[in-house]
Amino acid sequence: MRLTLVGVSHHRAPIELRERVALDPERSASLAAELGREAVVLSTCNRTELYLAREDDAEGVAVSTLTALADDRSGELGSVLYRLGDDAAALHLFRVAAGLDSLVPGEGEILGQVRSAFEAGSPGPFLDRLFRQALHIGRRVRVETAIAESPASVPAAGAALAQQVFENLEGKRVLLLGAGKMSELTARNLVSRGAGIAAVANRTLEHAQDLAVSFGARALGLDDLAGELGSADIVVASTSSQGTIVSKADVAAAHKARKGRPLLLVDLAVPRDLDPSINELDGCFLYDVDDLEAVVAETMSGRRSEAARAEQLVGAEADRFREWHAALDVVPTIASLRALVEEIRDSELARAGSRLSENERRNVESVTSQILAKLLHLPTIRMKEAAAAADGVVYADVVRHLFGLGEEERRA
Amino acid sequence: MSELLVVPALLAYGEAAFAYAGELRGPGLAGRLATWGVRLGWVAQTALLVGQATSADGFPWGTWAGALNLFVWLVVGAYLIWGCKPRYRLLGLAVMPIAAVLLALAWVGGGTGLEAGGDSGIVLAIHVGLMLAGFASLTLAAGMAALYVWQERRLKRHERGLLRVRVPPLDALDRLAARSVLAGLVLLALGIGAGASRFERGDFDVAMVVTIAILAVYATLLVLRHEGWRGRRAALLNLAGFALVAVVLPITHFAS
Repeated sequence: MRLTLVGVSHHRAPIELRERVALDPERSASLAAELGREAVVLSTCNRTELYLAREDDAEGVAVSTLTALADDRSGELGSVLYRLGDDAAALHLFRVAAGLDSLVPGEGEILGQVRSAFEAGSPGPFLDRLFRQALHIGRRVRVETAIAESPASVPAAGAALAQQVFENLEGKRVLLLGAGKMSELTARNLVSRGAGIAAVANRTLEHAQDLAVSFGARALGLDDLAGELGSADIVVASTSSQGTIVSKADVAAAHKARKGRPLLLVDLAVPRDLDPSINELDGCFLYDVDDLEAVVAETMSGRRSEAARAEQLVGAEADRFREWHAALDVVPTIASLRALVEEIRDSELARAGSRLSENERRNVESVTSQILAKLLHLPTIRMKEAAAAADGVVYADVVRHLFGLGEEERRA
Repeated sequence: MSELLVVPALLAYGEAAFAYAGELRGPGLAGRLATWGVRLGWVAQTALLVGQATSADGFPWGTWAGALNLFVWLVVGAYLIWGCKPRYRLLGLAVMPIAAVLLALAWVGGGTGLEAGGDSGIVLAIHVGLMLAGFASLTLAAGMAALYVWQERRLKRHERGLLRVRVPPLDALDRLAARSVLAGLVLLALGIGAGASRFERGDFDVAMVVTIAILAVYATLLVLRHEGWRGRRAALLNLAGFALVAVVLPITHFAS
């Protein structure tokens, strides 16, 4: 059985080309079904890959499928396609599942996408084993390394900092200043961790209302902040205002009403919306966009160093797969050898059957069975070891020749 | 023979103290080794205390060194309630070095042997046990306060590695420290109540004055916290109270 992978990814293909071969989950599933048994199609925004396991060479089928998908008449696709076989293909899938081939090392979404592709595909025993191992190593890398723990974007960094201040974001009140994209992204990050958006304040009330409705929050103008500052736990600011809209005095006045509860302020605006001296107030923690970018840069370097550990785990998993795959070469020979000796044992027992009592027959059966199991144990282990060391086919041929395995089939 | 259990307990606590320092570089093997060090050390010390209790005629922790031994066991036991959680591991950095040093002192002072304690009696045992449990609770609260001050400073200064080193969230440290102080105050009050039944005119000494002062400081802390004195100021007051516990109380105790 040969494993073939043909794909297109963000490493070499521009987005214009990737979007031509991108498939939604339903189309991926139907394409896998069209490709027959032992086929899985993995399609995300960064890659489209076809995994095929066949006795024959499946590369041509995979390339023509992708070419047809891309409607590529100019041959543009051929220069960015990658083609991998067997162990290299398995290693690639393991790296993909572990997030090591992603734009942001360790990103979490890819593991779910690999799982969905596997479940929607048409895996036979071979791809079933391969993808289960991929999902296993993907989970293991995330559990045993810190590759996925740190935020990879400014909005995620803001949310991660909130978790340094508050034990649980459940029930924490967020005040958004500005209704732009950055505010929304940060708000969504905080909401995904349990926080609630209490109010959206904006110079243009209509824009505030649009965003407030999507979060079930209250919309207000920038002049009505005083009350909200007193009850908010987190303030996210990203207005396009040209000057400071919240001063130290504003926060200090509101802070008295807070009874010492901490306040995290995230200022994503340039020029800044929040007076930097707010950070001097007791219990107030102010981060601007430079601070957050520094956090992201540091965690990204942390992710890269964790990636080295993850590569080791993935490499070990790929070795395990290679051993299993190589053992497939000798498995038919081992099965034939065992079938042969069982056949000999059965026929000899049948011949002796009339001379033995029921009790004696059971004893002889048991003893011969144990003898054969012990006799075949070491050759079986040695053949599997040889298979892992790439000598498996030679050993299998020698065993088949010595024991005459398959000769009757050939004669027939 | 069981008195030798102090050796594995001390080694395990020492290992934990060093391993927690390794956790500062980031979560991983060092943190897990530290947690297991605490667990194994505490089990060894528990066995030691059981050995002391079964072989002694009276209360075996009546001496200062014996009390220190029991105190360390209480502190580490209280720490284990939270310390096993990965997010709270670094609290061990504040607790385990103190535990290791105090247990070593208890060993040197003869508080880990199997000899019977001096003055014994159930009332004394209850009094000493409650007072030590109260001080253990305050020690834990001080550990949390110290961690709060450190983490608050890092957050204010936007220090590097903020997310790499797993420190408990600020409001969790603030809340748990307050709870530990409350528990410590209740235990101390009960301990003083138990000791008062043996109190005679002329027994009054400086240590008792300091103990009352400690009670007053911590009670003030809880009242102020209720009025909004949370966060850094509460943590500093907590540490000031602990200075009385850790420095002044032993000095006055030996002096009186």
